[in-house]
Formats: sequence, structure tokens, C-alpha cells
Amino acid sequence: MDQFTLNLIFVGLTFAIYIGIAIWARAGSTAEFYAAGRGVHPVLNGMATGADWMSAASFISMAGIIALAPGGGYTQSAFLMGWTGGYVLLALLLAPYLRKFGKFTVPEFIGDRFYSGGARLLAVVCLIVISITYVIGQMRGVGVTFGRFLEVSTDTGLYIGAAIVFAYAVFGGMKGITYTQVAQYVVLIIAYTIPAIFISLALTGSFLPQLGLIGSYAPGGGEQALLAKLDEVVTELGFTAYTADTPNMLNMFLFTMSLMIGTAGLPHVIIRFFTVPKVADARTSAGWALVFIALLYTVAPAVGSMARLNLTTTMWPNAVTGNALDGDAVSLEAIQTDPRLNWVKTWEQTGLLHMEDLNGDGRIQYYNDKNPEMQALAAERGWQGNEVIRIDNDIMVLANPEIAALPSWVIALVAAGAVAAALSTAAGLLLAISSAISHDLIKGAINPKISEKGELLAARISMTGAILIATWLGLNPPGFAAQVVALAFGLAAATIFPVLMMGIFSKRVNKEGAIAGMLVGLVFTAIYIFLYKGWFFIPGTATFADVPENYLFGISPLSIGAVGAALNFAVAFGVSAVTRTPPREVVELVESIRVPRGAGAATDH
Amino acid sequence: MSGQDSAYWRANVRIILVCLVIWAVSSFGLGIVLRPALEGIMIGGADLGFWFAQQGSIYVFLVLIFVYAWLMNGLDRKYGVDE
Repeated sequence: MDQFTLNLIFVGLTFAIYIGIAIWARAGSTAEFYAAGRGVHPVLNGMATGADWMSAASFISMAGIIALAPGGGYTQSAFLMGWTGGYVLLALLLAPYLRKFGKFTVPEFIGDRFYSGGARLLAVVCLIVISITYVIGQMRGVGVTFGRFLEVSTDTGLYIGAAIVFAYAVFGGMKGITYTQVAQYVVLIIAYTIPAIFISLALTGSFLPQLGLIGSYAPGGGEQALLAKLDEVVTELGFTAYTADTPNMLNMFLFTMSLMIGTAGLPHVIIRFFTVPKVADARTSAGWALVFIALLYTVAPAVGSMARLNLTTTMWPNAVTGNALDGDAVSLEAIQTDPRLNWVKTWEQTGLLHMEDLNGDGRIQYYNDKNPEMQALAAERGWQGNEVIRIDNDIMVLANPEIAALPSWVIALVAAGAVAAALSTAAGLLLAISSAISHDLIKGAINPKISEKGELLAARISMTGAILIATWLGLNPPGFAAQVVALAFGLAAATIFPVLMMGIFSKRVNKEGAIAGMLVGLVFTAIYIFLYKGWFFIPGTATFADVPENYLFGISPLSIGAVGAALNFAVAFGVSAVTRTPPREVVELVESIRVPRGAGAATDH
Repeated sequence: MSGQDSAYWRANVRIILVCLVIWAVSSFGLGIVLRPALEGIMIGGADLGFWFAQQGSIYVFLVLIFVYAWLMNGLDRKYGVDE
């Protein structure tokens, strides 16, 4: 059976499962549509949160970013620590209390705690900006992944993906999404782990990639640690060592912090903790979510480093046992004829990998042609520049099964996993957007007397609208899809996280403080990002070039969310100190959410 | 807030603070700020700071959340506020 048919079977089968689950888990009430009836087991909720959280970016791109980052792999640890450490903050600071509050959306908590429709609306604005930015990237991811594996255009892939999300999200709501995400998690983690185990066995003899990362390099005789071998091979070719230290510690610190508090402030992640039965379940569920996320995140650096080493030794066969430059670079002839190098040909066809024999010597020299030492060597040896012209980060995960020469069904499985990762995150985001519209805007502001049935219909219509807008934006991305990390995480960190935390841990922060804090966080963070990335991301409108020399105190726009959050806290406390204390019933609300038992406790007080 | 409830909340905040210190030390501390100082200490083929940045801190986070949940369940029972 050929690869394409296998891909079709695997992706088709998983789709059938998702749709089947959606029919079984139809939402019949608003409680089911917004919070899955609050009956989700904490372990299952953890699994669903894992799928919700791990997007196409985590599945396809993260290992590649770590492996191929120009500044070395260690500097990219910010993603690993940031995207997992946020769950500690969620478990300790937000999830149990928001679950106790017992409502459906994040803006609803902000509106009630700060006794202000204005605060609720401002929260809706922040939520929609964050979620829309994020969902565009996911829809592109859906389109690209479908396109690649089903051999259709990206646009067609996007339509197929949107139709599938429509089928299970509109009818199933949170209930349908939750159980679909559980299935999607199982698919994506198997797809990620199997190639990783094989590649780790081949390179280090260790079954667990986590141990392989710190193990020794088996093909070279096992005398050298894998990481030492990797550092040696890449530095010989003029690249930065994988374990090289960061050139800017403050920036790495703030970037990690921004990703952590951004993760804890992302609305589509927070609402997952509204679905468990009890406050105690919200705490353990965050732990389970991290268990399932860690299964992928602790494997990712192993995949990245091993794939990078495999790639480099493929280009310089002598590097396996000795020094790369003592032997010749891989020949064009070998790429064409050696079956072990078939993957180079396949991935060249997708455009993700591009090689060109610039000096016409019949070999492909892969080295860092920006490094002065390498330029001298190149002049000596008659090289005309790095002949691996383009190597996309995504190759590190997607081509892994082929590089490790795994059977075609594994490749089909990776296709299904990548699609599952993109779809599950898109569905979670679309739910967060649609519940903000139907619950916070329509029921909360426009028509508070709407019936349960009417609200459920409004929720389904908003979901459909959100899918249509997301699809349109996916087809016509406004040029900032790639900036999603900066804007979505920056704003989640600078607006949602601080206001929720202050709402729980302070009785003194009042309406005026919360609104001022959110506004300052929003405006400051957005402006700092726009200054370097272009105003509203319109290309060519950036005020300063996006290079470290221009940054204020060396803080990159990616890391500014942590500073925005600090400003939000400072302004909120400052303004609250000089304005009226919150009313008595709000103080009682805060006291009530701090104690797990009995929603009645505060009202009886 | 009754005296009982404020005592519960104070104990809760204390647990959170201890957990947050461990959270910060394992990631920002060992993984970033202290890495240069710990250069010579190896875990298998990785130096300690590198290992904490790419693996260790994630394991610490995991244990931390479950220990926190376990401590809080105990606290809930002690103060009779469990569900």
C-alpha cells in the first residue's frame, strides 16, 4: 500500500472516531455546552487539557526550534520551562478558586469580582484578541498539515479541517470537545513517542528518549555523550553549540516568565478547569494535565537534539565516527540512489528542505557560512556557501520516522497526530471565543433575560460564526500568524493572569484598580510589540528594527508580557489604594471562593 | 470570614509560598541564573543547569503539583472544608 493511501486511512479513521464521539456527547444544556456538565473525571480532563494545550506548534515545530535555533538549543529551554511551569501557577493560584466560583467564563468572574460590566467587557476584548490571534496560527497549521499529508492545497486542507471542527464543536460544545480531545491526545502522544523511541534506540541504545538525551552516542562507539558529540559536530561546522549558554540571561529569564504566566492566563486553558466536579479535582487535574504534557515536552529536546545529529551526520557521513571535515560531504549521487537517503528527496519535494550544489562539485556542503572561520575554510576548499539553502524547523519532527527508516504506517500515524494536535487546540480556542460572545456579550450585556434554550442556540450560532471568521483569517492571514507567541502570550500574561490573581488573593483591589491595571497591561504590551513587529502587524510599519541592539534594557518583544504583568499589578494596587474599598458582598465573594466547601457559605455569612 | 476560615487561608497561602519558591528555584534558579556557577556538575551527558532547563524543572513541577494537591486535601479535611 502506498504512503498516501495509508495516510488517508489513518486520518480518515481518526476523523470517524472524533465525529462518533461528538454524536455520543451532544450538549443538551448550557452547562453541558460551556462546562461539559462539570462531570469530567480529573484524569480525563488532564488528558483533554493536554490536547487542548499542545497545538500544531508544540507537536510539529517545538523540537525543530530547539534543534535548529541559531543561538543553540539551550536558549530555547524557555519554551520547555515556560509552557510547563505555567501549570504550577494554574494549580496553585487560579484553577481551584475559579472552579469554586462555579460560573462558565473568565470574563464572568472578572465582571462579578470587580462588580463592573465594564471590567467584564474589557476582559472579553482581551480574551477575543488573545484567542483570535492564537486560532489563526492553528487554522494555518490545520491547513498546512492536511495539505501536506492528504496532498491537497493548503486552502482545501483548511476547509476540511474547519468542517470537522464544525461537526463536533457546534453540536458537542465543551462536552463534545472534551471527549474528542481525549481521543486526540491518545493519537498525538502515540504518534510523537513511537518515532522518538526508535531514534533514541538507534542513537543511544536507550529505550527512553529522556534518558537517551543524557546518554552516550552509540554509533560512535558510546565513548562520548550524545550532547558532547552533538556540540562537537555542529561547532566543527561553525554553528553554535547545542548546549551553549544564553547571551542574554535577563531576556531568557523574562521570556520564560512571560510564557509561564501567559500559559496560566490563556482563557481556553483556564476554562478546562471549570469542567471537573470538585475544587480538589481542579488541583489534581492540573497535575494530570502536566503529566500528559510532560510526556511530550520531556521527549521534545531529545527528538530535537537527536534529529539534528542525524541530519548533520547524514550530510557529513564521516562525522559518525570521526571529524566531519576529515571526510567528504554527502554526494548528490548518494542522495539520488541510496535508499536510506530517500527522505531527503521526499522532503525536497515539499519545499521544506532545499539543497543546491552551488560550487558544482557534486556534493552538498552543509556549514555555517556566516562564521568567519568557516568562510576562510570555504575559500580554501572551494566552497561557495552553505548548500543546504533552506531547512524548515518542522522537518525535525515530520521527517523523523523516515530518517529513522520506520515503516510507512508510523509516518501515517504522525500525520494523524499532527492533525489531531492542530484540531484539538483550534476547537478549544473556538469554544473560548464563542462562550465569551454568547455568555458574556449576549446574555451578560445585550439580553440578560434570554432563555436557556435561546442561549444554547446563541452559543451554537457564535461558534459557527467564530469558525467562519477563523477560517477566513486562516485563508487570508493578516501577516501576523507568526507573531502569535508574542501577542497571545504577552497579552494573556499582562492582562488576564494578573487580574484573576488579584481577584482571588486580594480583597482590596477594586473595580477602578482592576480596569486601570488591565488597560495599562494591554496598552503597554501591545505597543511594545507593535514598535518592533509593526503597528497592528502591518508589514513595514515597525518603528524600530526587531534586533537586540534596539531593545529597551535588552528585553525582546517576546518577553515583554512579564513586564506588562508587573505594571498591571503595580497600577491596580496603586489605583485601588486611593479609591474606595470594594463593597461588602464582593469581599464575601472573595472569602467564599477561598474555601472549597459549600457555595452557600458566603451567602449565609 | 470566621477565625477558622482565616486560619485555613493563612495555612493555604503558606503552602503556596513554599511551593512557589521551589518552582522558581528549579526553573529560574538552577535552569537559568545559576547555570554558569554549576557548570562542572554533570547528570549523565548534560551539565546540571542544562538538565534542569530541559528536563529536571518539568519533573519538579509535576511532583510539586501533586504534593500541593495532597497537602491541600489534608488541609481541607483538617479544617472541615472538604467537599
